[in-house]
Amino acid sequence: MKKFLAMLLALVMVLSLAACGGKKTEEPAKTEEPAKTEEPAADPAAEVKVGLICVHDENSGYDAAHIEGVKNACAALGISDSQIIMKYNIPEDETCYDTAVDLAEQGCGIIFSDSYGHQLYMQEAASEYEDVVFVACTGDTAANSGLANFKNMFPYTYESRYVSGVVAGMKLKELMDAGKVSDPYIGYVGAFPYAEVVCGYTAFLLGIQSIVPEAHMDVQYTNSWYDPVAEGEVANALMSRGCVIIGQHADSTGAPSAVQAVKDSGKEVYSVGYNIDMLSVAPTAALTSAQNNWAVLYQHMLEKFLAGEEVPTDFACGAADGAVMISALGESCAEGTQEAVDAAWAGIKDGSLKVFDTSTFTVGGETVTTAFGLDTDGDWVNDTGEAIVDGAFQESVLRSAPYFALRIDGITELNNN
Amino acid sequence: MSQVKQGKEPLLRIAKRDGISRPKAYGIRVIAVLLSLIVSGIFIFAVTKLNPIQVYEAIFDGAFGTSRRSWVTIRDTMMLLCIGVGLAPAFKMKFWNIGAEGQVLIGGVITAGIMRAYGTSLPTPVLLVIMAIMSILAGCVWGVIPATFKAVWNTNETLFTLMMNYVAIQITSYCVALWENPIGSNTVGVINQQTKAGWFPEVFGQTYGLNVILVLVLTVGMFLYLKYSKHGYEITVVGDSVNTARYAGISVKKVTIRTMAISGAICGLAGFIAVAGASHTISTSTAGGRGFTAIIVAWLAQFNTFVMILISLLLVFLQKGAIQIASQFNLNDYASNIITGIILFFILGSEFFINYRVILRGKKEGEAK
Repeated sequence: MKKFLAMLLALVMVLSLAACGGKKTEEPAKTEEPAKTEEPAADPAAEVKVGLICVHDENSGYDAAHIEGVKNACAALGISDSQIIMKYNIPEDETCYDTAVDLAEQGCGIIFSDSYGHQLYMQEAASEYEDVVFVACTGDTAANSGLANFKNMFPYTYESRYVSGVVAGMKLKELMDAGKVSDPYIGYVGAFPYAEVVCGYTAFLLGIQSIVPEAHMDVQYTNSWYDPVAEGEVANALMSRGCVIIGQHADSTGAPSAVQAVKDSGKEVYSVGYNIDMLSVAPTAALTSAQNNWAVLYQHMLEKFLAGEEVPTDFACGAADGAVMISALGESCAEGTQEAVDAAWAGIKDGSLKVFDTSTFTVGGETVTTAFGLDTDGDWVNDTGEAIVDGAFQESVLRSAPYFALRIDGITELNNN
Repeated sequence: MSQVKQGKEPLLRIAKRDGISRPKAYGIRVIAVLLSLIVSGIFIFAVTKLNPIQVYEAIFDGAFGTSRRSWVTIRDTMMLLCIGVGLAPAFKMKFWNIGAEGQVLIGGVITAGIMRAYGTSLPTPVLLVIMAIMSILAGCVWGVIPATFKAVWNTNETLFTLMMNYVAIQITSYCVALWENPIGSNTVGVINQQTKAGWFPEVFGQTYGLNVILVLVLTVGMFLYLKYSKHGYEITVVGDSVNTARYAGISVKKVTIRTMAISGAICGLAGFIAVAGASHTISTSTAGGRGFTAIIVAWLAQFNTFVMILISLLLVFLQKGAIQIASQFNLNDYASNIITGIILFFILGSEFFINYRVILRGKKEGEAK
């Protein structure tokens, strides 16, 4: 009986705690509202709180790029580090919703999330907190969400992929000219079989083909954005099939490390990374990495937000604005690579070089003349405009997130589900 | 001089306590908590140079800082409690049900499937009842399969239930790939985001009110079932000695299967609560390791479901606190997990001093406290 009473007491305590909690926040919620509306007269940069939800932490190259991007953008706009609230290792499930709501309750005016799978949970939070702007990076549902405070943004990553392909192509040409390689065989470690990845590896191969037209590529997926072990294994599998250059769309250093190990054993293999400079883990195997400068995008969004203007629903920009780049060329790069890279960047910036020029690739042996813009619901009906205009696929124009999902000739997917 | 005393007496000896008074037991626990706070305080200061008091405030803030956070803490506590309540009868019977994770998942998958399929055609109350029944059945099946094998062929239930987890995880992965939204995101997204069909309705103006009510009813029910019902008595007897149970005319086979059916059913229902009442989505992380954490909850509480409330609350509280200190002080997750690890170590360790006493050299048995 005594035991039972003690437990009952405990139960009452738990419930009363909850009740206390309930009362507490109704007050601050009320006091915060007027404070916000009075403030705009003062410097908005000193008041704003920025939230960032990361799918991993700074150990992942992709997240590190976002963390750095937000910090640099905020520094440029006079927002101090203490005004940024970062949440790390948030999985792509309801935890993201809990986190987004918690950030909103902590007074964040604008909240970013960095992974594709976060977006619907961000959207859920956006529908509940109308005064807060939610930006799902690499998301694609903002335009159709019907919410004024839910946004997407994405850089023209395919441009940097193409240029990193040029670097790989130069190396491949050098190897073939020297007689060290006869089959221009490329391997690609992909994360998931969907548009963002497809767009990336297609641009990469087109970059290579601009130097070595007969190059062909195998893609194997890891079904994870960040899995150092799996990425290393896939890279090894591709190299044992005879691939000479391993590209990647996955966030760890797993693949470059594996390539470096094989290179050290005397084989001619090279790696092209993503997000971060891979020279530290693969000093002689890494050629370069395709990189995003997220700070440019964050700064654009935050500038609009601070100025009290409408934050764009779908924001994308590329090399012309400095949003994409490639990392420093490795010592193994072929002679003349820098010149070829400069020429490609110049062409992309002035518009004379179109990455997805339909004359450079075929699908099923034929040149593509028409393609879907968006098909978000997967019903094979075009939701928005035609994607192919003026003989080139217009990537990231109809919406910010990539939608190039054509499987071009010369690319073989080894394990698409 | 007696011949028994050989060699030197060790500095410390450990002896089992015959019994301990309740205040003394709680005294030991309180001392353990205070010690844990001091030790982790030293750790915090040594490694991060932060003021430990501020860090403790942050832990509390993370769990109860706002009403929203309090409710998330309560929601997660209820979730853990529900699984713990489900595990209690099985473990009391000494049936090592390591399969709660799978039972929760399979209940969750069924719930999510029904929610997706009939979200537009059935009204929410009907939908909720169907989902609850189906999740109970699914969890039940997941529990009965290993129980039947154990009862009939005496297979090892620890391995069997563990393997059933992987089956459930693979089924979940398959369904996630099948129900992906948007395509390519590798997540099911929020199910029925616009219509909220099949979601728990608000009770007393609280989003998670129904979760609390359901789980507390189960908690009280399980307490009464184990303590006062004939079934509960049979479970205790089978748990203590299978031979005694046979001698007393209890069908061990029947009790094993029946108890696992109940255990699985409650875990399946936990999956329903997780999906319909909290996440509104399904992924392999829906159970999120709670099926294993709940084993700690059940054992620490010695199958007293009311004590389980406190233990689940403590575990969830520490977890939410760890997330908050990681974010607030820019520590990584590992540092904050060490702090919660220290606290848990002392609390678990205190049970040792409740069950055993340490006798110093030179002291006589009777003098030792």
